[in-house]
Amino acid sequence: MASFWEYANPLKFMRTTDWLLPVVAWAAVIVTAVGLIWGFFFTPDDFRQGSTVKIIFLHVPSALMAINAWIMMLVASLIWLIRRHHVSALAAKAAAPVGVIMTLIGLITGAVWGQPMWGTWWAWDPRLTSFLILFLFYLGYIALWAAIDDPDTAADLTAVLCLVGSVFALLSRYAAFFWSQGLHQGASLSLAPGTRIDWAYKAPLYISMTGFGLIFLALVIAGTRTEIRARRMKALVARERMA
Amino acid sequence: MMPDLGRYFLEVTLAYGVSLGLLAVLALWVWLRGRAVRRALDEFENSRGKNG
Repeated sequence: MASFWEYANPLKFMRTTDWLLPVVAWAAVIVTAVGLIWGFFFTPDDFRQGSTVKIIFLHVPSALMAINAWIMMLVASLIWLIRRHHVSALAAKAAAPVGVIMTLIGLITGAVWGQPMWGTWWAWDPRLTSFLILFLFYLGYIALWAAIDDPDTAADLTAVLCLVGSVFALLSRYAAFFWSQGLHQGASLSLAPGTRIDWAYKAPLYISMTGFGLIFLALVIAGTRTEIRARRMKALVARERMA
Repeated sequence: MMPDLGRYFLEVTLAYGVSLGLLAVLALWVWLRGRAVRRALDEFENSRGKNG
């Protein structure tokens, strides 16, 4: 079996993802479609929340992926800082636009769901606020990559920014436990005994979460392939200028 | 076919419309950028290959 570190070689990464990307992309489309169609068309209304409960199939998976994307960027950034593998830095860069859109979907669906349920679009609740700060960190991270011309310097500085932003990624996940105040509820899904959500919702929710995970994976693979090509192009142009 | 969303029709359809729209725009952007960079690199490498 191939070692994980073999994929630090851009050629090996490109060769493997050449066949892997279409598989993951189609799986993402199919699984997400099944989860969302099931959730939207075939789940009953909640006795208290009415049909707004259907927003859960977008809100929970996108919020989960928003936080997980940053955690993935953190791991990739640490690999870059410690082992200097370019593919890991480029994978972190490719994950940021996906993460920012996932965060935006989480914020929008949360506001649209919150308005009829809480009577307000927004509250300075610990989880909502830390999630908004995470969104701003994503924008800062993308802007920093764009602002620095030298790719290694950009990778170094964005990796440090990613380490700092990880505090807010973790706060977004655990804020509801740290502070038992605010409007946002605790975890919808839990491994602890005593179910919080009925299987009529849980089954399509798990499928949607898997679908969003696959969307993230497909877009990060595609984005990383583009970044590898862009980096090669930059290196070739620089080599030609020096010759 | 459309489920009866009752008085929350606007909220639910808005959430689905905006989310799916954002995902579609993101996927399109990733694909178009990938295609543009790939073409540029191919053209660059081909022109350099031909010129020596």
